Amino acid sequence: MAKYQLNINGEDIDVDVDPQMPLLWVLRDEIGLVGTKFGCGIAQCGACTVHVSGQPIRSCITPASMLAGQPIRTIEGLANGTELHPLQQAWIDVDVPQCGYCQAGQIMSAAALLEQNPSPTDNDIDAAMVGNYCRCGAYNRIRKAIHLASENTTTPFYDASTPNIEQIDGDMKGEQA
Amino acid sequence: MNDNNNDDAMMDDEGSIDVVRAVELEINALANTPNRQPALSIKKLDRRSFLKLSGIASGSLVLAAIMPGPGATAEDFGNLVGSVELNAFIKVSSEGKIVIYSSNPEMGQGIKTALPMIIAEEMGARWADVEVLQSDVDESRYGRHGAGGSTTIARTFDQMRTMGASAREMFIGAASLAMELPRDELYAQDSTISHVFSNKSLSFGELAALAVKQSLPDPKTLIFKDKADYTIIGTSVTGVDNLEIVSGLALFGIDVRVPEMQYAAYQKCPAFGGKVVSANLEAIKKLPGITAAFILDGNDNVRELSSGVALVGTSTWAVFNAKKKLDIQWDESTASKDSWTQMVSRAKQIHAQPGTELITESGDVNASFSNPAHQTIDAFYEYPFVAHLCMEPMNCSAHYKAGSNGEKDTLELWIPTQAPTRAYPVVKSMFDLDQEQVKIHQMRLGGSFGRRVYAEYICEVIAISKQVGVPVKLTWSREDDIQHDFYRVGGFQSVKGSVDKNGKIVAFEDHFMGMTYKGGRISGSGFRATEFPILNLKNARASKTMFDIQTPCGPWRAPGANTTAFVIQSFIHELAVKAGRDHLEVLLELMGKPQWFDQGNIRSLNTGRATDVIKLAAHKANWGRPMPKGHGLGLAFHFSHAAHVAEVVEVSVDANKKLKVHNVTVAVDVGPIINMSGATAQVEGAVIDGLSTMMGQKITMENGRVEQSNFHDYQVLRIPNAPAVDIHFIQSDYSPTGLGEPALPPLAPAVGNAIFAAIGERVRKMPLTDEGFTI
Repeated sequence: MAKYQLNINGEDIDVDVDPQMPLLWVLRDEIGLVGTKFGCGIAQCGACTVHVSGQPIRSCITPASMLAGQPIRTIEGLANGTELHPLQQAWIDVDVPQCGYCQAGQIMSAAALLEQNPSPTDNDIDAAMVGNYCRCGAYNRIRKAIHLASENTTTPFYDASTPNIEQIDGDMKGEQA
Repeated sequence: MNDNNNDDAMMDDEGSIDVVRAVELEINALANTPNRQPALSIKKLDRRSFLKLSGIASGSLVLAAIMPGPGATAEDFGNLVGSVELNAFIKVSSEGKIVIYSSNPEMGQGIKTALPMIIAEEMGARWADVEVLQSDVDESRYGRHGAGGSTTIARTFDQMRTMGASAREMFIGAASLAMELPRDELYAQDSTISHVFSNKSLSFGELAALAVKQSLPDPKTLIFKDKADYTIIGTSVTGVDNLEIVSGLALFGIDVRVPEMQYAAYQKCPAFGGKVVSANLEAIKKLPGITAAFILDGNDNVRELSSGVALVGTSTWAVFNAKKKLDIQWDESTASKDSWTQMVSRAKQIHAQPGTELITESGDVNASFSNPAHQTIDAFYEYPFVAHLCMEPMNCSAHYKAGSNGEKDTLELWIPTQAPTRAYPVVKSMFDLDQEQVKIHQMRLGGSFGRRVYAEYICEVIAISKQVGVPVKLTWSREDDIQHDFYRVGGFQSVKGSVDKNGKIVAFEDHFMGMTYKGGRISGSGFRATEFPILNLKNARASKTMFDIQTPCGPWRAPGANTTAFVIQSFIHELAVKAGRDHLEVLLELMGKPQWFDQGNIRSLNTGRATDVIKLAAHKANWGRPMPKGHGLGLAFHFSHAAHVAEVVEVSVDANKKLKVHNVTVAVDVGPIINMSGATAQVEGAVIDGLSTMMGQKITMENGRVEQSNFHDYQVLRIPNAPAVDIHFIQSDYSPTGLGEPALPPLAPAVGNAIFAAIGERVRKMPLTDEGFTI
């Protein structure tokens, strides 16, 4: 066991755990911050992504004792008080989550991207988000929400206004004609 | 022949009926009811049906107020202390906040948003006033809890409408009294009851206390809204848990924290069915953070409790770490010896013969195949076992409390499951606890796809909690999750078909080579006697040969359909190519005139609905347009889960067989759409899931052991490879049905057909990585 102090979401927290315990399990089991998720334990899926000194890291393979003194940010600390981070709002506006389990990791990866690159292209997004699995396949909405948060250039819902029945009926008649 | 060979069924090997299958049967019974009206007509229910639907068994004043009693807590009433209850699903506070309970499991399919939308619509509520809470598990109050088979919308649409309409009528009754106006001059809109002929109105909040004193509306008088008047159904609504999800608040089973809780891991034999002989328990108990280590004998039922070693400790990491240091002697004398390699070689030996058992036969396929005027081809298709890979690994929390002083034992469970009440009979048979002794909390599921219908992870944690006497959270590692799944069953189909001199498909034969589990039926490993295009042709035959295995299998998103669509819809394209004809033209010709496959069953294939979605997808994708070299368009249609879906895929393939899927155009008829955003999400997700699975996923087993273990050797599609998905709905007036599964099956054949169009290479085997493709 080892006693050390972590700075998580701006708060100093004393922990007394095995020095090899990865940050993921310190967060979830010792501190009770369960927003950061366990997916694979081998840094393949990105569900456990948090920021250390602003950089996205995989908390499932990073011993927490290595991070003493460095600012750690988790999904719970992304909003500014009650004001959501633009990515969190965009995730809601675009209705990104299906099961929702991977989304904390997705948002943390995306937040790190926007801090480096406030106006990413699709390719920038692909490069930054390639390490985050979404088993439900919400990738197109993830991309859309990142654009929405960064530039507010796209409309929220994926398919809010179309299709409508009349239009499809019309198209069908056109097809048959 | 009838449809008894339909293996979308999910029969247990014990012969009991799986919950998902039970729902399917219920829906089918509903659909087969004579004179059933389309769901959007005014539906009147008799009182008995209403009471059954409302889930409230007592006779008198079933919708009367239940005010918070002395023992009520804030939790009982969500965050609306003092709210009054209109019925089991609805509470309204005097401030006008409306709580709607969601009684079914949410696993990403969107019903926690969609079902309350239906209630709110019929109520005349403003969606912004609605807060949705997960209900407790109580079937006497809410009706069946469970989700599966894309049936939830279909089976609860009328129940939800009834709940909403009865609440609306109670508000109207209250407003009529309060404003001294006739009921029929009042209407509900935007959480307000307004008068048609004046500007008088009262809000739901103002009326709440009076509304609950209204007597139960006679269900025969309930009139459902006309769809032209919908303001919520059919719109795009963001998921009701999205704020919690993006904020990282605890929602999922794996997030449960209970005072004094300890953490557990469970190691089972790598070969299914192996039993623990001994283990280095004393050494393990000395490891840091380990509080207990013991052997559970299990009951030899892979769906309940398999033999293994339980580890309990002060953190998940402590038990995961200790698990890697376990040294276990296994008795594998009765364990699985399954070998995928042997299954493949056996299938290749027998595929050209007819199956050992006939499924259906009509006309004379042999005469057609040997007719010199016909062109006849045959092909062998193969698809592997695959895993579910829910992002949230299997987990469950339990607190088994031994009764003291003659009190009975109690059990509290926090379960992410598709079938919450399925735990009761298992808990009874294994732990001898009656339903009254068990409290179940249904947690949000981090994905399921058919995985969480069995109770084995529940049994494991109960047994562990009972042994250590404290609350326990069991978490499976990803390795446990991949190596102890109930897999999508692999299999093989040998198909043969002929086209006549006009290029018309005239005969079709399928030899289905599937699996049974210890002699019992496996979900998804079967071939329907009604499978398309059997009923479309005069000459058709299907037979099967079943291989018995010991690898556990279970439902996986669109069971059966997810593999059979690949075979049939690819092979129809092969026949079209052989005939030198356009695939679209051949497919439409096969459909023929509009008719129901099963007359009177509105959940059967309708060739008219099929034709419409095929045409729509083709039209939207600009089918027939000239394609650059190396590019191709592929088309496929598949009917499953009462849904008609057609997809057109555009791919390009380079000289190194690197595949790019550029876009997927989807046309769907599942009747009216409840939540447009949720519906499109299901289709997008199914398309990407289908591609992910087709591209590189394959579970293999040798000597009974699954060879894959984690995401490094079992890959999910990543964001750069996600194609654009263009979705179009035909919102027909038939009963709405679910969309969690049916958009997946057509994807694989559409991709395969597009690859053929691009480079002339036929794909008859999944995954594509086995055929040399990369993405």
